[in-house]
Amino acid sequence: MTTISGKPDDIFDAGSLKAKKSSSRNLFNIIMTGLAGLCILLALIPLVLVLFYVFVNGANSLNLDLFTQLPPPPGSAGGGISNAIMGTLIVVAISTVISVPIGVLCAIWLSEFGSDDTSIDEYVRFGVNILAGVPSIIAGVFIYGIMVRPGRPGYSALAGGVALAVLMLPTIIRTADEALKIVPQEIRWAALGVGASKYQTVLKVVLPAAIPAILTGVTLAIARAAGETAPLIFTALFSPFRFNGITEPIATLAVLVYNFAILPFRAQQELAWAASLILVLLVLLTSIIARFATRQKTY
Amino acid sequence: MPSSPPSKRQRTPFEKGLDRLFEGTTMGFALFILLLLLAIGLLILVQAWPAVQRFGLSFLWTSSWNPVEGREVFGVLPMVYGTLVSSAIALLLAVPLGLGTALFLSENFIPLKIRTVLVFMVELLAAIPSVVYGLWGIFVLIPALKWFLGLFGVSFAGPSMLAASLVLAIMILPIITAISRDSLAALPPELRQGSYGLGATRWGTIFRVLIPAAISGIVGGVMLALGRAMGETMAVTMLIGNSNTINPSLLAPSNTISSLLANQFAEAKGIQVASLMYAAFVLVILTLIVNILADWIVRKLQAKY
Repeated sequence: MTTISGKPDDIFDAGSLKAKKSSSRNLFNIIMTGLAGLCILLALIPLVLVLFYVFVNGANSLNLDLFTQLPPPPGSAGGGISNAIMGTLIVVAISTVISVPIGVLCAIWLSEFGSDDTSIDEYVRFGVNILAGVPSIIAGVFIYGIMVRPGRPGYSALAGGVALAVLMLPTIIRTADEALKIVPQEIRWAALGVGASKYQTVLKVVLPAAIPAILTGVTLAIARAAGETAPLIFTALFSPFRFNGITEPIATLAVLVYNFAILPFRAQQELAWAASLILVLLVLLTSIIARFATRQKTY
Repeated sequence: MPSSPPSKRQRTPFEKGLDRLFEGTTMGFALFILLLLLAIGLLILVQAWPAVQRFGLSFLWTSSWNPVEGREVFGVLPMVYGTLVSSAIALLLAVPLGLGTALFLSENFIPLKIRTVLVFMVELLAAIPSVVYGLWGIFVLIPALKWFLGLFGVSFAGPSMLAASLVLAIMILPIITAISRDSLAALPPELRQGSYGLGATRWGTIFRVLIPAAISGIVGGVMLALGRAMGETMAVTMLIGNSNTINPSLLAPSNTISSLLANQFAEAKGIQVASLMYAAFVLVILTLIVNILADWIVRKLQAKY
């Protein structure tokens, strides 16, 4: 790049150490700074627009009925999305109950025992990375194959929860692994030094110290899972009715947005915007809370 | 001071067993992750088997998708085309913008406080559910595109490759920005100081020192975004028009593998389910290649300080 080198005459005024404003490298600098500024503007415009429309359209259709009523039949007005709000909470609760124990135990092995004598931990870490890259719809296909396809139990809240759990696992394992690694080595030595066994050290000393950071990871994973739609459309399916057991199809906010957005009815579209707003608020609030919680370091 | 003598008590076999049991249990869960990955691949392949047997590899270059009973023909070429093209366009738009944004946020162009807020915003935007982007695309982006293209007298039906790619670009922008910024911000400050000290300009430093030093993270972020774009389902399904044909026009509707799955799985039967599983397997392989490549590139390019 010729702009960086250059003869001294091009850069400085004769007999002066002050750089010329018009030297090619200064011009290049100014142009590039302008371009980078343009980039951030162009990047922020659509992102701000998305939030703006969700908040304006969502707020317009917000009312108390949303939280108490069921969705109206296609074509008629009014109604709410109470079953979908309930459904999202239930499905996410199911997936949390499944993925947190598995994820945390896996992370404990990775950070506390894994690197002892084999390189299996490398493979497991690689596997976690690959799992994180698996498209969310593939988790749905996988669970469809196990729990839903003809001859199996069929569409259910449980199937949806398990599909989301597959997606939550990598986030939980990664954050829990990091959280455990941050716990100072001296604490483990101290625990072992006073006679604690391995499981006592891990469960009573190391894990409690890492709990705040692990909770942050779990919260972020929950926020992500609450917005996932693809793995639910053919596992949890949808239901216009209230929750009646985890072995039945269930309505969720995300699937409701998808189903109602493509309907040609105004009432349904308004419900879709309202559901989007609730989803976005849910996701943003949990993310913000999680971020602020990590600011307090325990050690 | 009286001190108690050190205890000579040894751990009982039960306590030792408990220890081993704990370590074994955690290891079991760690291995479960590998098992899960294997199960995902195998299960999809096994259920795709009827279609694999019937269509073989020609599935990959057949371009008709006909689920009418008795005349079923399934081929995934248009969807592979749609997946690759929509992701490529999204990357083409998002990489320069994302990298520019990341540079702007990692250098001291603007006060640190504003930068912190912007970085935080970018990270939050990565968390917005894709179905919300889809809804926005249907009711805001497509009408806007219609109006804009109408100015040039171009007729535009709405759901199209263009709309899907634009929303994909918006969705992967925060990923590219966040990861690139992280790897730029993680560089040792001595690199910048050294370069400035030698008389390099700010952008000379950025192009010749900072970007080469952070390239592993940046490329890793781009590959991650590519993987995400290829697997992205909801926003694309809502905007791409779901037409199983190859049309070189960006204004025409198209389809991607994930949209095909999202649209047809709930109502599919028999050989169609197997064909969808086959398509899912193709998607798994595509994203697997991208992700493994990403992992490899990051390791290969990683600079040590």
